[in-house]
Amino acid sequence: MTTLADSASDKDVMAFDAAFASQAAFRAVMNCMARPGTIATLKGIAAPAPFTPATAALVKSLADYDSPIWLDASFSAAPETADWIRFHTGAPLTADPAKAAFALIADPQAMPALTQFAQGSEEYPDRSTTLIIQVTSFSGPAFELTGPGIKTSRVIAIQSLPANFIDLMADNRELFPRGVDLILTAGTAIAALPRSLRIAEAR
Amino acid sequence: MTAPAYNFAYLDEQTKRMIRRAILKAIAIPGYQVPFASREMPMPYGWGTGGVQVTASILGPDDTLKVIDQGSDDTTNAVSIRKFFTKTANVRTTTATIEATVIQTRHRVPETPLSEEQVLVYQVPIPEPLRFLEPRETETRRMHALSEYGLMHVKLYEDIARHGHIATAYAYPVQVDDRYVMDPSPIPKFDNPKLDDCPALQLFGAGREKRIYAIPPYTRVVSLDFEDHPFEAYRHDAACELCGASDSFLDEVITDDDGNRMFVCSDTDYCEQRRALGHGPYNAAPADPQGSSHTGASPTEPA
Ligand SMILES: [Zn+2]
Repeated sequence: MTTLADSASDKDVMAFDAAFASQAAFRAVMNCMARPGTIATLKGIAAPAPFTPATAALVKSLADYDSPIWLDASFSAAPETADWIRFHTGAPLTADPAKAAFALIADPQAMPALTQFAQGSEEYPDRSTTLIIQVTSFSGPAFELTGPGIKTSRVIAIQSLPANFIDLMADNRELFPRGVDLILTAGTAIAALPRSLRIAEAR
Repeated sequence: MTAPAYNFAYLDEQTKRMIRRAILKAIAIPGYQVPFASREMPMPYGWGTGGVQVTASILGPDDTLKVIDQGSDDTTNAVSIRKFFTKTANVRTTTATIEATVIQTRHRVPETPLSEEQVLVYQVPIPEPLRFLEPRETETRRMHALSEYGLMHVKLYEDIARHGHIATAYAYPVQVDDRYVMDPSPIPKFDNPKLDDCPALQLFGAGREKRIYAIPPYTRVVSLDFEDHPFEAYRHDAACELCGASDSFLDEVITDDDGNRMFVCSDTDYCEQRRALGHGPYNAAPADPQGSSHTGASPTEPA
């Protein structure tokens, strides 16, 4: 297949590769957001701990100078995190979760209340934080999801979330259309839990 | 970062990121119009710059793109958008609905049922369903915030008072997941039921008005109506004179200088696929034992 890149310089080829990687990561997360609870696998990129390869790929694909990032204690304690974000995205870091477009959470057990993040306003509910939460695996405790994007219901197993996670998500749903959206990553796997869904313990 | 000589799918990476973030928000808040910083595109606004920007932001090298304009793959608008993406993204294109992974459309939803693997991108001229009732953006924002949709019902009811039925035939407002009232773009209301519980993701892009909104798959989409005047999906009471379809949306086309007219499927791919399967016009078929009942199946359909 002839591509535009064939007639372009090496620099263009690299730019194309980066563009394709960003597109692939975005398309995966778009499909996950549209079908809450489905698990997709990203190509992933290597980044310093505590980044999972999927989190790094998502951050590189979605963040830039226009999207402030908030880091949890475990991300901000790692000295290379800030440099990696600056170099790969140019996104500013913020210490105020209510000003963050993205929040990176490596330790979900210790994450702040969802209401501390930007919730959007009634008129502009999109002005809210998207949380990227790293979990240990998509196995273990099972949750039953219903809502837009789900034909009847869908079950997803997620390890290492806070014990009161269902309550936190129920409170988040109460605020609709305000609220936060969650993207979960484990290794190179991702799933999304948008604010529109309803979540219960799976039997 | 040095800018490459070419950007994949025309838009620069920063613009795509901004649009992609808006798309994720739009999906998470079904029916809500997310503002975005629309870019100048190398085509006039009427040509679907909003849809083009959404398509450019989601498209990848593995996609197969279909572009339709009022149901047809062959209008100047559809052809030039398809050429634009062939040139800037080198993607495969198709006219067959079932082969497409991304379908950009103006004014129609394909007749062929969509699948979970597909994304339908609508070109939207005026995204705000309340705009003709309330010109102020601050007011329409407030009305959406409070789910204050009484005015919309008043407007539809005035239709009934004046015409005896709801006369709105295109861009007929819908409510998404019992929350936001949304403009489905100027599709005929015949297409409205296809938005409900659709397996495909539906994205809407308005370039001039700088809005993106979405309907996730399998989302409840209800056309606004009244108990005593329920919503009706109108179509001409006729069959396509090329393929005999009695379940498709029909265009009335003038066939000669004498002003003779005929009804044909507005969805040209649907019509061609049916003819390829051997379907033909009713009047060319052997006598229909069921009479001329519109059962959705052509009399020439093999048993
Ligand atoms: Zn036909």
